[in-house]
Amino acid sequence: MANPIAYIGIKALTLFQLTGELLQLFASTIYWSKHTFRNVDKIFHFMVKMGVNTLPIATFTSLFVGMVMVLQTGYTLEKFGMAESLGAIVPIAMARELGPVLTALLLAGRIGAAITAEIGTMTVSEEVDALKTLGINPVRYLAMPRFLACLCMLPVLVIYADVIGILGGASVAATYFHIPTKIYFDRMAESLQFIDIIKGLTKAAVFGATIAIVGCRYGLEAKGGAAGVGEATTRSVVCSFITIYILNYFITRLWL
Amino acid sequence: MAVNAIEIDIQKLSKSFRNFQVLKDLDLQIRASETTVIMGGSGTGKSVLLKHMIGLISPDSGKIFVRGVDITTQKGPALDTIRSRFAMVFQSAALLNSLTVAENVGLGLKEQHRFSKKEINEIVIEKLKLVKMEHKYNSLPGELSGGMKKRVGIARALAMSPEVVLYDEPTAGLDPIMAGNIDELILELKQKFKMTAVVVTHDMQSAFYIGDHICMLYQGKIIEEGSPESIRHSSNDYVIQFITRHKSVQT
Ligand SMILES: Nc1ncnc2c1ncn2[C@@H]1O[C@H](COP(=O)(O)OP(=O)(O)O)[C@@H](O)[C@H]1O
Ligand SMILES: [Mg+2]
Repeated sequence: MANPIAYIGIKALTLFQLTGELLQLFASTIYWSKHTFRNVDKIFHFMVKMGVNTLPIATFTSLFVGMVMVLQTGYTLEKFGMAESLGAIVPIAMARELGPVLTALLLAGRIGAAITAEIGTMTVSEEVDALKTLGINPVRYLAMPRFLACLCMLPVLVIYADVIGILGGASVAATYFHIPTKIYFDRMAESLQFIDIIKGLTKAAVFGATIAIVGCRYGLEAKGGAAGVGEATTRSVVCSFITIYILNYFITRLWL
Repeated sequence: MAVNAIEIDIQKLSKSFRNFQVLKDLDLQIRASETTVIMGGSGTGKSVLLKHMIGLISPDSGKIFVRGVDITTQKGPALDTIRSRFAMVFQSAALLNSLTVAENVGLGLKEQHRFSKKEINEIVIEKLKLVKMEHKYNSLPGELSGGMKKRVGIARALAMSPEVVLYDEPTAGLDPIMAGNIDELILELKQKFKMTAVVVTHDMQSAFYIGDHICMLYQGKIIEEGSPESIRHSSNDYVIQFITRHKSVQT
C-alpha cells in the first residue's frame, strides 16, 4: 500500500458499509417477519436441523468447559479453604457468560457457515435471481425463516449447555475437590439468580440473530462460483465471531 | 398488420463490469405480442441485456421503460409489480436444487398464497406437459440433464401466466426434435395468448422460424435489426458470418 492513511480510510469505509448493510438486512428481515405464521413449518424445520447439528459439539464443549472451570477455580479457592464456594461461582459464569458465548461461537461455525454456503451457492447459480423473477423476495424466502430459527434456537441450546456445564462442574467438584453435590447445588441456589439466566438467554437471542443476519448477508453477496462461496463462508464466520465478541462486551457493560 | 405497442424501450443502456464495458449506449425496442430474437457471439452480453429488462442488473447509465415506466428507478414493491408481468427462463435454468421439479414449477404460485394446493398442482402438471416433462414430476434437478432442466425452467416461467417471457437460450442443449417443440410452443403462446417473447439464441433455424424481429448484438450495441427477411439479406459482414458460419456467401 502506497499510502497507509488512504488504506486505513478505505478499510474504515468498508467497515461502515458492511455495518450499514447488516443493519439494513436486519431491518428488512424484521419487516418480513410479519409472514412468520405462514412459515412456521419451515422455521421449525430449520430449528430442528440446527439443534441436531449443534447438540453433540455443544455437549462436549460445555461439559469440558464446566469441568475445567471447576478445576481452575477450585485450585485457587482451595488455598483459602473456600472450595465449597465453587457452586457459587462456576454456575454464574456459565449462565452469564460461557454458556451464551461459547454456544454462539459453535453455532456461528456450524450453522452460520452452513447458511452462507447454502445461500451463497444459490446466489452464484442464479437461483436467487430466479426467486426474484418469480416475485419471491429472497429476504423473505431465505433470510427470514433462518433468522427466526436461529433467534429461537440459540437460547434453547444455551439452556442445555448451561445445564451440562453446571453438571460437569458438579462432577469434578465432587470427585476432585470432594465437595458434596448437595453443597455445590445449595451454593448455586443461594447465588445464581433468575435474572442471570434471563440475561444469558437474552444475549443468546441477540447472538442467534447476529449469526443468521451475517450468514445470510455473506450468502446473498457471494460472487464468483464455488471458490467465491468458500471465501464468503470463511468471511462470514470471522465476521460473526467478531460481532459476537463486540456485542457481548457492550451488552455486559450495559448490565453491570 | 397493425404495429404493436412498445413493451420495452431501452435507451442508451451502458453497463461495465470492472473495466470491461459490456453494453455501450445500447438502444432497443421490444414490441408487444411479438417475438424478438437477440443474436450475438458468446460473451457479448446477451444475458446481461436480458437481465436488465427484468431489473436483475442495474445499468451504469441509460433508461429502460416498461410500458412507459422507467424500471431502473424502481425498487421494492413497485418493481415487484412490474416484474409480475414478466417471467424469465435462465440460461442455466436456475432451478432450486433442493426442490423437486413440481415444487420448482409451482413455487411462484405457492408463495403468492392465492391458490389451493390442488389448483397449483393442476397448473404444474399442465405446464410440465407443455414441455413434455410431466414424467419427471418428482425428480430433483440434480437428476436431470441440462436440456431437461431448461424445459422445467420454461414450465416454471409459464406457470406464472406472464405477459412477457424472456428466454435465455431456450433451445441450447436440446436435441433437434425437442428444440423444435420449444419453438412451436413459443409460437403457439404468441398466437393464442398474444404473449411477448424476447429470445436469446445461437440457433439460426430457431431464430428465423420464431422471430418477428431479429437483432444482432455486437460490441455492446445492436448493429443490425429487422425482419427475418431483411436479416437474411443483410450486407453486414458480421451478420453474414454469424448466420452462415462463413465469411462470404454466394447468392
Ligand atoms: N456478474 C458479472 N460480473 C462480472 N462480469 C460479468 C457478470 N455477468 C456477466 N459478466 C461479463 O459480461 C460479459 C457478457 O456476459 P453474458 O451476458 O453472460 O454473455 P452472453 O452473451 O454469452 O450471454 C462476459 O464477458 C461476462 O464475463
Ligand atoms: Mg448468456
